[in-house]
Amino acid sequence: MSETTFKIQRFNPEKDKETYFQEFKLEIPKGATLLDCLNLIKWTQDGTLTFRMSCRSAICGSCSVRANGHAVLACKTQASSVAQNDQVTIKPLGNMEIIKDLAVDLTEFWKKVEAIKPWLMPDEKKETQTTERTQSVEEFLKIDKASTCIMCSSCYSDCCSMAVDKSFLGPTALAKAQRFVEDSRDKETISRIKELSEDAGIWDCTHCGECSQRCPTEAKPLDRIVSLRTVALNSGVTNNYGARHAKAFVKSIKSSGILNENTIPVASMGFFNIPGLLSLIPVGIRMFLKGKNPPLIHHPMQELDDVKRIFKKFEEK
Amino acid sequence: MIKHDIIIVGSGLAGMQAALEVCKDFDTAIITKVYPSRSHSGAAQGGIAASLGNASEDSWEDHMYDTVKGSDFFSDQDAVEIMVKDAPGVIRKMEHFGCVFSRTEKGLIAQRWFGGHSKQRACYAADRTGHALLHVLHEQTFKHAKNIKIYSEWYLMSLIVKDGICRGMVVYNIQKGKLEVMQAKTIIFCTGGYGRAYKITSNAFASTGDGIVAAYHAGLPLQDMEFVQFHPTGLFAQGILISEAARGEGGHLVNGKGERFMEKYASAKMELAPRDIVSRSEQTEINEGRGIDGKDYLHIDLRHLGKEKIIERLPQVRQLGIDFLGLDLIDDPLPIQPTAHYSMGGIPTDSDGHVLSDEKGTKVTGLFAAGECSCVSVHGANRLGTNSLLEALVFGERAGKAALTFTQNAEFHDVNEQEESNKVKNKVEAILNSNGKESINDIRNELKENMTTNCGIYRSKDQLEICLKKLNDLKARFKKGKITDKGFVFNSELIEFIELGNMLEFSEIIARGALRREESRGAHARTDFQKRDDDKWLNHTLAFKKDGEIEFRFKPVVITKHQPEERKY
Ligand SMILES: Cc1cc2nc3c(=O)[nH]c(=O)nc-3n(C[C@H](O)[C@H](O)[C@H](O)COP(=O)(O)OP(=O)(O)OC[C@H]3O[C@@H](n4cnc5c(N)ncnc54)[C@H](O)[C@@H]3O)c2cc1C
Ligand code: FES
Repeated sequence: MSETTFKIQRFNPEKDKETYFQEFKLEIPKGATLLDCLNLIKWTQDGTLTFRMSCRSAICGSCSVRANGHAVLACKTQASSVAQNDQVTIKPLGNMEIIKDLAVDLTEFWKKVEAIKPWLMPDEKKETQTTERTQSVEEFLKIDKASTCIMCSSCYSDCCSMAVDKSFLGPTALAKAQRFVEDSRDKETISRIKELSEDAGIWDCTHCGECSQRCPTEAKPLDRIVSLRTVALNSGVTNNYGARHAKAFVKSIKSSGILNENTIPVASMGFFNIPGLLSLIPVGIRMFLKGKNPPLIHHPMQELDDVKRIFKKFEEK
Repeated sequence: MIKHDIIIVGSGLAGMQAALEVCKDFDTAIITKVYPSRSHSGAAQGGIAASLGNASEDSWEDHMYDTVKGSDFFSDQDAVEIMVKDAPGVIRKMEHFGCVFSRTEKGLIAQRWFGGHSKQRACYAADRTGHALLHVLHEQTFKHAKNIKIYSEWYLMSLIVKDGICRGMVVYNIQKGKLEVMQAKTIIFCTGGYGRAYKITSNAFASTGDGIVAAYHAGLPLQDMEFVQFHPTGLFAQGILISEAARGEGGHLVNGKGERFMEKYASAKMELAPRDIVSRSEQTEINEGRGIDGKDYLHIDLRHLGKEKIIERLPQVRQLGIDFLGLDLIDDPLPIQPTAHYSMGGIPTDSDGHVLSDEKGTKVTGLFAAGECSCVSVHGANRLGTNSLLEALVFGERAGKAALTFTQNAEFHDVNEQEESNKVKNKVEAILNSNGKESINDIRNELKENMTTNCGIYRSKDQLEICLKKLNDLKARFKKGKITDKGFVFNSELIEFIELGNMLEFSEIIARGALRREESRGAHARTDFQKRDDDKWLNHTLAFKKDGEIEFRFKPVVITKHQPEERKY
């Protein structure tokens, strides 16, 4: 078996002014995860290499790093699967400051989770401690997926919107929020969704989809954000959208140079809530669609005709 | 010096439960070496026991009997009774906090079968029950963030106990690389288990028994350390857990001849006999050459459950097989072997979490403990699956309540900050400045190999003596251990170094206790003393540190309702 080169980004605040790369050579043992390899390097080649880990079974969320530019859970990733031409580049997660080597500062990450008030707010009047509250299987399924989140911050690391706007709540916090907004036991649905619709909230997501791609569980933040937007729409929390939509558009272009078709909220909300949608469509979008959209839409959108129809109807109004 | 009324060490289920109790009235802090949601409680998969009776009729009496029998009649029955009676209430409390439990058709909390339980008693959240519970408690700490200060990635270095009074501790701020002395009126230890000393283990890297060893160094005894549980289904070579839920849902254990071998060992309960029995049966099959292809593993086969049930009930287990072995249990059986899993022993406490300093039940003023690091003892010689999440919640809460009452009239006690800090500083500097040449990785690997081979599922005088001799050698080599990271900021090599020291320390207590206990009971199986001996050994082991040696004493087992009888399944 040939050796693989692990090109690892290093930084020790006690010594270094800047980050640099160091190469380690290792024969990847059969079935070894990326975490196994990092440990082998630490234990047999360089004890100063620093990274986080604990459960090594993909449940504690400690061990995310970036392999070849994308966030992965090191203990869930077969090392051989990320080695390309016997080489893999390992960097710390993005969108966060580095503490040392692959360990990043999670302070802001946790602050944003805290900001969405991540605890159940039940109807105190209805509370009885003597029995459990029932929840239908259907109701349970609405929150099951979000509840699988392990807070590994992989999505946060690779979020495009975060990259251009540090104030954005980010995919982890929003996925967590969905778990309360749609929990049949929580009574604050409306006030939560109002708060989440504020600046830096659900409308600031550019739908780049990185979060769901990087998510190692079923939590898939983008799907949760789409759920939240649907709730907002269905419950009539629709004021003051224009600015936010425009912002999302600008951001999408800023971060990817293109307008992702998913950025258009209608696509994610379904096409049934026509009045709601119409009330939503901001001036920015209209202008966009009228004048400059064709070259910017980078691949054909399935429901484009539907979208056009809706806009047409809107113009007529 | 950092001061808080109450400081809790550990943010697993036990620690956060305790914090939520005490934060109502007192300035509360938690220190934890990993972020709260990274605590090992989150790895628990299968379920948490409570006689809710949602699946079939059940009672606390049945739960109690099953637990006592499972423990090989070695648990303290007063504590067991408290736990099983509190169980339904504590589950409802979690539900009210918003825990995302799986549900029955009627919308009640779903319950499944689990080994050693005579009723369908394990409440679950798919196969990530610990995760669901840990996160719901974490959510509650956010709610009470004003009253609970959490010091994440702070590492307990030493506990300060003088004249029977707990005063504070020395901790290491990992991110900043700084030692700090902390003072508190009350300290609650919830530092988890010690399974990392074994080669094949289901435990996280963090489960290195730090709290247990800190208590021992502070002059407190450790109880029943020789009882280490081996779980029957660790993923081959990795040790990563395949939850007992896999058997609870109907999985079969199969040997190299294609036989469901449990038929021979526990014909009534089969795969759902208690863990000590199933693990020993597996080891016997392997030792007698009936592993798969004669090798040291067996198969767990779930194919007959069908795709739908597997995806609904065991999604995480399935994913583990795919991620770590490239095998999908919908189509293939998974190779498994026994894996070190749970620490029955720990810091002795009463049922309110007061830490006890001797066999007479003398309380240490201001020190409490709960969860896997403690020994109340509800699991005796063998824990039943789903009882330890329960233990962490019930006794975490009880320790919190007792600490709340205690702190009402408590005060801060003197701590000589300079002296305490220097003691630890000198130790750390000695490590960092040493130019030892011994690889700590080699020492750790040899320790784990040694404990697995010589102090594992089966033990004998000869093996244990080899084990102890080897431990002595390893300790000597450890003194010349090599460290390359000489910095302070986020020095994870230093942490691993200290953790290894802790593992060497408690491993000796396990092995000496095992050598001393000349009987077989629960998870402690001696090939040279195969019978349980109630006349001589129906008492708890207490290990004290005396002049660098281990001194052993006895404490009687509390028997209230169920007299010891032969254990058959
Ligand atoms: C893979 C697996 C599956 C399991 N499945 C089940 C199950 O289905 N049902 C069941 O009932 N039980 C199960 N268990 C057992 C159960 O999960 C544990 O016994 C229980 O969660 C322990 O909780 P705890 O709060 O005592 O400790 P933990 O959750 O382990 O927390 C320990 C805490 O102590 C902190 N800590 C430790 N040392 C230090 C230090 N030096 N400084 C600072 N902080 C420190 C850690 O940071 C952590 O926060 C399982 C165990 C494993 C390993
Ligand atoms: S080590 Fe826990 S998720 Fe990877």
